[in-house]
Amino acid sequence: MKPFTNFESRVVPLPINNIDTDQIIPARFLKTTSKRGLDQQLFCDWRYDAEGRPKPDFILNQPRAAGAQVLLAGDNFGCGSSREHAPWALTQFGFRAVISTSFADIFKQNSLKNSLLPIVVPADVHAALFQEVTRDPDAKVKIDLANQTITTPGGRKVEFPIDGFSKQCLLDGVDELGWILQRDAAIAAYEAAHPAPINALK
Amino acid sequence: MPRTIIEKLWESHVVHEQPGAPTLLFIDLHLVHEVTSPQAFQGLRERGLKVRRPDLTIATADHSIPTTDRSLPIVDEIAAKQLAQLETNCAQFGIRCLGVHSDQQGIVHVIGPELGLTQPGMTVVCGDSHTATHGAFGALAFGVGTSEVEHVLATECLLQRRSKAFQVRVDGALKPGVSAKDIILALIARIGVGGGTGCVFEYTGSAIRALGMDERMTVCNMSIEGGARAGLIAPDDTTFEYLCGRPHAPRGARWEQALARWRQLPTDDGAVYDRTVTLDAGALEPMITYGTNPGMGMPIGAPLPDPAAVSDPMERDSIAKALRYMGLEGGKPLLGHPVDVVFIGSCTNSRISDLRIAASLLKGRRVSPKVRVMVVPGSQEVKRQAIAEGLPEIFRAAGCDWREPGCSMCIAMNGDQLQPGEYSVSTSNRNFEGRQGKGGRTFLASPLTAAATAITGVVTDVRTLV
Repeated sequence: MKPFTNFESRVVPLPINNIDTDQIIPARFLKTTSKRGLDQQLFCDWRYDAEGRPKPDFILNQPRAAGAQVLLAGDNFGCGSSREHAPWALTQFGFRAVISTSFADIFKQNSLKNSLLPIVVPADVHAALFQEVTRDPDAKVKIDLANQTITTPGGRKVEFPIDGFSKQCLLDGVDELGWILQRDAAIAAYEAAHPAPINALK
Repeated sequence: MPRTIIEKLWESHVVHEQPGAPTLLFIDLHLVHEVTSPQAFQGLRERGLKVRRPDLTIATADHSIPTTDRSLPIVDEIAAKQLAQLETNCAQFGIRCLGVHSDQQGIVHVIGPELGLTQPGMTVVCGDSHTATHGAFGALAFGVGTSEVEHVLATECLLQRRSKAFQVRVDGALKPGVSAKDIILALIARIGVGGGTGCVFEYTGSAIRALGMDERMTVCNMSIEGGARAGLIAPDDTTFEYLCGRPHAPRGARWEQALARWRQLPTDDGAVYDRTVTLDAGALEPMITYGTNPGMGMPIGAPLPDPAAVSDPMERDSIAKALRYMGLEGGKPLLGHPVDVVFIGSCTNSRISDLRIAASLLKGRRVSPKVRVMVVPGSQEVKRQAIAEGLPEIFRAAGCDWREPGCSMCIAMNGDQLQPGEYSVSTSNRNFEGRQGKGGRTFLASPLTAAATAITGVVTDVRTLV
């Protein structure tokens, strides 16, 4: 992973609650054995018509989405399936952060492992952001992970929560597996003290 | 200090704790399938890592596998490649794979319990959000993404943060025609699809105790649809009776030792939950969903919600959008609405007791000629048991299509799918837009409601048929 750096970006608003991972990337695309090539499949059934033509009224097909790195979505974003293809598709499209009032647990964990920052803001900030970016498609937000702030287009600085461990992993661009592998002695000690209840190989 | 079963499970699996980092938790059973694992195995190869505990890992093919005759080649080349990749990965990394041609193949959440691999007191993970199913045995079981699949393959551990303990208490006796599926659909309708975010559900109460293991699995299975990371039920004699004699269950003196350990698991008197919701089982009606998430559910006889009556604008838009997608009108009844397909299957409702209950209604009847009815057993073992009981003959005589085990039209990756605009009553777990096929429209319900609807061809309250 590359270290997560501060950035400023236009915002794509999707004012829908409970957007599930089947919408983010439909299951028929999960037959791939690769992580790559998923950007065209992002929000596929909202984005393209039955003949595969882009639907002009869907926001990802509008000029404002080109180059935008922030998605602003309704409550409980990423509910449903555990597919990590969802953050893969979002990051391959170019998103680096999603702003909502809440995220589904598995989606949030999957995002953090792919340098996609889930930003939780209070409901009033969330509503105001929707208004600002709907009014002005070129309105930009600034994301500062080290200081855990977003700056709204109107210049209001808002803090967001993130646990210290995930934050450091993102800032350093390191993944958790390396950290766990370094705890080998602790894992071996646990294993020695806890005989396995099963043997799946038998 | 009295503890909940959730705390006991957590504390007995802590490998390492240090300030500023999540807890390193040991995983006792890792279930692997073809869809969420290929990139994880590839990650191991790129780092030169092995699978740490093949003895705690088992794989099967379920999501993209066809439910047609297994002696035929798989026509979908991409699915065939993915299934072959699973076998290759398992062979290369020394994991047992109950693959396409195994006589133990089945949906991952059906085979773990039936093989006795899922046991009380365990931590269980799988790259699948319905892993909470295994919580029915008093295990802490949750879904993970592919990165975490890789972590567990490599280290048998996960970095985890503690969840809140959310008690779902269901007391009383279910009325005839009301089942485990209706309990969980009623809970999700009450708390919403995000209601359990950050929580683990513990299902308690006399109505939960009265359920058999298949039914408990149905309840725990859909915990994720209420937003919870996991859902579980403390083990009791029903649990032990189910497990005794299963292929991987302990035997002899080890069984007695295990029983003594398992009996310590239930929540202590006086333990404190972060939140509690109670449901009165006797007041529950058969439930059905009308919208595009599992929280959009209602008693089957209720009128559809009217968006105009909803005050919150985003919520109003959500319901209006869902009704538009579903081609339904607020205020009207859903009873009597025609359907095109009935699907009986999935990790929620494809076990032997689900098939028995559907067959009991279909016996001696014919399904509506307007409806395509698919019955998909959860595993080869469920299929064998069904054959032994003569269930396939009942389904076929009624006009149903009896198929090979797999996830099938729950996730519609394998060619079993709705056509655009078609309606289904489905015993599966998700009614998201396009979940059962692009443009398809799903009403989630119990096996009884599904069987009743198959007979009449329209959304039907089973109590009007019996």
